[in-house]
Amino acid sequence: MAERSGMVEKRGPGLWFTHLGLIIGVLIIFFPIWLAFVASTVTQPEITQPPMPLWPGDRFFENYRDALVSGVNAPVARMLANSLIMALGIAIGKIIISLLSAFAIVYFRFPGRRLFFWLIFLTLMLPVEVRIVPTYEVVAGFGMLNSYSGLIFPLIASATATFLFRQFFLTVPDELAEAARVDGARPMRFFIDILLPMSRTNIAALFVILFIYGWNQYLWPLLITTDPSMNTIVMGIKQMFPSGDDVADWPVIMATSILAMVPPIVVVISMQNLFIRGLVDSEK
Amino acid sequence: MLPILLLLPQIVITAVFFFYPAGQAVWQSLFIPDPFGLKSQFVGLGNFEYLLGDPYYRASFVTTAIFSGLVTLVSMGMALYLALLADRLIKGAGTYRTLLIWPYAVAPAVAGVLWLFMFNTRVGVVSWYLGLLGYDWNHVLNEGEAMGLVVAASSWGRVSYNFLFFLAGLQAIPRSVIEAAAIDGAHFWTRFRTIVFPLLSPTTFFLLVVNVVYAFFETFGVIHTITSGGPQQATTILVYKVYKDGFVGQDLGGSAAQSVILLFVVGLLTIVQFKFIERRVHY
Repeated sequence: MAERSGMVEKRGPGLWFTHLGLIIGVLIIFFPIWLAFVASTVTQPEITQPPMPLWPGDRFFENYRDALVSGVNAPVARMLANSLIMALGIAIGKIIISLLSAFAIVYFRFPGRRLFFWLIFLTLMLPVEVRIVPTYEVVAGFGMLNSYSGLIFPLIASATATFLFRQFFLTVPDELAEAARVDGARPMRFFIDILLPMSRTNIAALFVILFIYGWNQYLWPLLITTDPSMNTIVMGIKQMFPSGDDVADWPVIMATSILAMVPPIVVVISMQNLFIRGLVDSEK
Repeated sequence: MLPILLLLPQIVITAVFFFYPAGQAVWQSLFIPDPFGLKSQFVGLGNFEYLLGDPYYRASFVTTAIFSGLVTLVSMGMALYLALLADRLIKGAGTYRTLLIWPYAVAPAVAGVLWLFMFNTRVGVVSWYLGLLGYDWNHVLNEGEAMGLVVAASSWGRVSYNFLFFLAGLQAIPRSVIEAAAIDGAHFWTRFRTIVFPLLSPTTFFLLVVNVVYAFFETFGVIHTITSGGPQQATTILVYKVYKDGFVGQDLGGSAAQSVILLFVVGLLTIVQFKFIERRVHY
């Protein structure tokens, strides 16, 4: 009897099998990253004469220095900087324009309010992958190829964040806005002194999600950065593979892959709770 | 005046980088540019008729269906299995969550490079050991193996995401219900089938839609890094074909028509998602 009622949470041998199953799962998930890390610490011949070792070698500093300083087409340090600018630009830009427009939609009555809401809402539906050719033409027309603004603006043209802030502002009690009005606070004062501090957690959670979204973009940077010095790291890795039959410089490529993973992983792990919150919110 | 000013940044960016290009896609889909790109000829729905009659395009639809079905199945299956295990723990579920969460942060394109490295026909560790076992792995030539590899690479990072939602869903199921069934003598599998899985169905359905959307649109990086759509057309999913026909093949009208078709697919999926979310609110 005691054993049965305890069967929901496992104890004894069952507990160990549960842990074992989970550990195997974790190992399977980890394996590709472990292998990439090992490859980034060994010499090229150790990889090209298979099987490669499964334990790190002693070339960590040399390989990462090679990647960061010279890379293959462009120094990886440069690509990291490009990715950072793009990810921050997308996250901050999208948060700012969304906060402003959500504020306008929720707290003001003006002609065309519903129309604007629906126009913005429509953009929820269409990922950039679907409209690449015409968007490319627009960006090229503005002379924004190989530029940060070309990397950033087309990706902040969507309404997910606006929608989230709108949902949040709707839950803020009306009394707060009324009290502010009675006190003679102008709308922007209310926005800056009351609404923004209240949205702190939402802003941070959204920042985590958008940073990763921006950092991990692939197709868009691939199209508009033809100049290697403007490549982002995520799209730059593929460009490091030689065309034809030449042998790829695996240690440098794998070091670059690890470098491409570290910033978003650090963001996810260090802000885990915010990240989960952001994820759940943005899918609601 | 103030509200318009507040809306202005978003309206301008959306108009220039969203509505105008989307409108262009619809407009271009009705024309065929002449070979010199000097002027275009209006062909009405000709591009669409051509596409729907094109065996390669139809094959790409089938490929996309198989690919997204497999990615959804593999990533959700593995995530559900791990979440069920983690949910059985009194302590430690949080630790496993931390350990499993972070592949979410790995870009699909980087995941592609990692899996390509493991299965590379010349230097890959996994393919080498497979060779030792007498299996000659070659995803460059073998269509089934190419599909398997892009499915594995696309599902891998996705397990984290699905695990998070499944674990949250499982932990929201009242313990008392499950314990009552356990006291009545229902074993794990019976409890899962009759109580846990039905109560989890909102989460499952939600993940189903989200994962299909992911497989449709966000796996471009995986395909591009591992197979470039090949061998032949075996892994050319719809989004990859828009890119290939539009940028590599310079077929603007055809690519625009494909964009418009995809637009309908996204619209449909979004409607399904919202219908479901509206329902979920009443739960």
